[in-house]
Amino acid sequence: MKIKRFGVAAIALAAAGALTLSGCTSGSPESTGEAGASTAVITTNSTEPQNPLIPTNTNEVGGGLIVDNIFAGLVYYDAEGAVHNEVAESIETEDSQTYTIKIKPDQTFTNGEPVTAESFVNAWNYGAALDNAQLSSYFFESIEGFSYDENVEEMSGLTVVDDLTFEVKLSQPESDFPLRLGYSAFAPLPDAAWEDIEAFGENPIGNGPYMFDGEGAWAHNERIDLVVNPDYDGPRAPQNGGLDVILYADLDAAYADLQGGNVDVLQDLPESALATFETEFEGRSVNQPAAANATITIPARLPHFDGDEGKLRRAAISHAINREEITEVIYSGTRTPAKDFTSPVIAGYSEDIPGSEVLEFDVDAAKDLWAQADAIAPWDGSFQLAYNADGPNQGWVDAVANQLKNNLGIEAAGAPVPTFAELRTAVTDRTIQTPFRTGWQGDYPSLSNFLAPIFGTDAGSNDGDYSSPEFDALMSEGLGAADVEAGIESFQQAQEILFEDLPAIPLWYTNTAGAWGEQVENVEFGWNTVPLYHQITKSE
Amino acid sequence: MAGYIVRRVLQAIPVLLGTTFLIYFMVFALPGDPVVALFGEKTPPPQVVEQLRERYNLDKPFIVQYLIFLGNIFRGDLGVSFSGQPVADILAQTFPVTLRLAALSTFFLMVGGIGVGLISGLRKGGVFDASALVVSLIFISLPIFVVAFVAQYVFAIQLGWFRTTVGVGAPWQDLILPALVLATASFAQIVRLTRASVIETEGQDFVRTAASKGLSRNRIVPVHILRNSLIPVVTYLAVDFGTLMVGAVVTEGIFNVPGVGRTVYQAIIRGENPTVVAFVTVMVLIYLVVNLLIDLLYAVLDPRIRYAK
Repeated sequence: MKIKRFGVAAIALAAAGALTLSGCTSGSPESTGEAGASTAVITTNSTEPQNPLIPTNTNEVGGGLIVDNIFAGLVYYDAEGAVHNEVAESIETEDSQTYTIKIKPDQTFTNGEPVTAESFVNAWNYGAALDNAQLSSYFFESIEGFSYDENVEEMSGLTVVDDLTFEVKLSQPESDFPLRLGYSAFAPLPDAAWEDIEAFGENPIGNGPYMFDGEGAWAHNERIDLVVNPDYDGPRAPQNGGLDVILYADLDAAYADLQGGNVDVLQDLPESALATFETEFEGRSVNQPAAANATITIPARLPHFDGDEGKLRRAAISHAINREEITEVIYSGTRTPAKDFTSPVIAGYSEDIPGSEVLEFDVDAAKDLWAQADAIAPWDGSFQLAYNADGPNQGWVDAVANQLKNNLGIEAAGAPVPTFAELRTAVTDRTIQTPFRTGWQGDYPSLSNFLAPIFGTDAGSNDGDYSSPEFDALMSEGLGAADVEAGIESFQQAQEILFEDLPAIPLWYTNTAGAWGEQVENVEFGWNTVPLYHQITKSE
Repeated sequence: MAGYIVRRVLQAIPVLLGTTFLIYFMVFALPGDPVVALFGEKTPPPQVVEQLRERYNLDKPFIVQYLIFLGNIFRGDLGVSFSGQPVADILAQTFPVTLRLAALSTFFLMVGGIGVGLISGLRKGGVFDASALVVSLIFISLPIFVVAFVAQYVFAIQLGWFRTTVGVGAPWQDLILPALVLATASFAQIVRLTRASVIETEGQDFVRTAASKGLSRNRIVPVHILRNSLIPVVTYLAVDFGTLMVGAVVTEGIFNVPGVGRTVYQAIIRGENPTVVAFVTVMVLIYLVVNLLIDLLYAVLDPRIRYAK
């Protein structure tokens, strides 16, 4: 019998993650918590949560920051994205399809209710049920019994064994399932939530390192005050007295507050500070790749981008883009040129996957490939790249268009769409008639999360309608592997296919860019660009 | 007088109805599906999108949506934001802040703008007049965000006289800097208007009469000249009060004021129709009320003005 303990795999992952990161983190602090816990409250910036603070309905950063700090899931991610048990005692599987999850005894929510197997099962069932229309419902789609077509109150794949044990059966083997469990959608909920879920979203009760500073701690559009949860007894024990999250609509205001000393830690930077923050906050800033990337998606249904001609043209475009120059000039080094379809902070990342040469800037190769494509069918018209004009995109889009114009000798231009909503609507209904910008922010630190949802046949976010049986087979093979590590090879082979077909052209990884004041120490930013607030200390 | 007020209030009803209809239509006509945008770069499952559309009545035709909205308003229900907060609560939190900001800014405008304009008018062609002209020209030519960033950097970050952004509950002392910045936008107009009006009034017969009656300059200037010069200025201030409320979007962003401008901006970006419509409706209401008050103020400033029965 082969029983695998998740903890062992996690240690191996931690090591792998640390190795990949060591090349690019220079400014991050080395020690944590040596000064002992302080009682000073840390202030930081965020944005008004877009939705009620219900874990399964929180899918954006404003709410995510709060939910991640007031709830403790089965596992949590450390700075490198390695997974460690938090509420879970053990997560075991024999076949990567049925998982037996045991949770630690004597854990409580801040209202005194115990954290039990039911707390997880009920929360997941709520999150998955169609009638509840939760924004993160797709996280549960691999659990047996999940349905998009009818309302399922209780998924057949979830079974409570006893107070502290439950079983999860997936509809197919997925070795990276345990990696996902640190995502906020998988948090447990107390029974108090079911009395009035709307009211709960306004004053959530969790089991995490922090909790709301009383009823109404969420002063909308102003701030959310969190205090230390005295009953929290897990690996993320806060080294400070609490967290005041100030909500900004404008990052420039937040940056001014950091300069003025009203904010301790800034987790995002305004465009205007990108060129200067590293000198202004020398030794107190971070600029390293995060689990997010930017790509250009070119659907095969567009003229000239199907079949062999399409492959040649995509490769030519990729070769014609000077990623180094754009990341330096436009982004002041706060983006890192892409070497693959995932991100350097993900365990298993490799920057020399066969075929990744297509990402190198090479004008001659670009011209040559374009000419070969023209031999199949001559190019006509203009290459348009759609982007949403309400975000900071115009700069890089125009730069890419200019490079294509100069290096390929074709007409190329940006095609601004006024709002993000409009762009996404056109992409979703497939009414868009040009290539468009896309991006992916990892939900959990796993290679497959950057590949399966975007490039799998009929996958949820497959905006370019890419379909490759070979790719799908390799992904299933990787997900069905004995464990995450064993799956890595298949995922990288799947990427080789992507490099050949280029359904999307990788541009760059988004960097975590943040800065902090002199008064705080032990500031470390996680794989997902968010600081690990619990370990920050502040001199009083 | 009472009849006049009643008539004005009744007139406001069709204006309000028309405004909500127009705003609702404009927000509705915005391309792009706010529900799809809720999912960010991820493509949502269509079934979940359908559920959400139904919940926010987005699946119904425009006129049905508008009637539902209107019906709810008469029942005192302004709808809820995506974050589940009643729009009425958001209104109650943000309007007082912006009103205070606009009032403080108007106060600075009145004291600064009218004061400088009066002195310029009384000593026209002098050194003070010339320098006031230069200063107000500088203010009028600088976009407000430049003034805001410079003021924030110099007075808050470098000198530390003010807090860089507005703190919890938006206390008055934190609002001083943003209010001053807002005031600079209309400073030049107020100064020039007051100056011109003062010069004109000074040449009027009643001023000369007052002087020949032997009244002191200290009485003539405030009572006879200033009071009679204020009508165009006050009209401008009323129009400007509305501009201040709307123009606060930029300033509120830079100083992180939890007010109307910031909230509406965010709601537009997120496509939260009920929030946008409710806020704009209340803005229109305030605009109407302020203009009514100003019209009534005319009679106080100039007793010759009478309201038709």
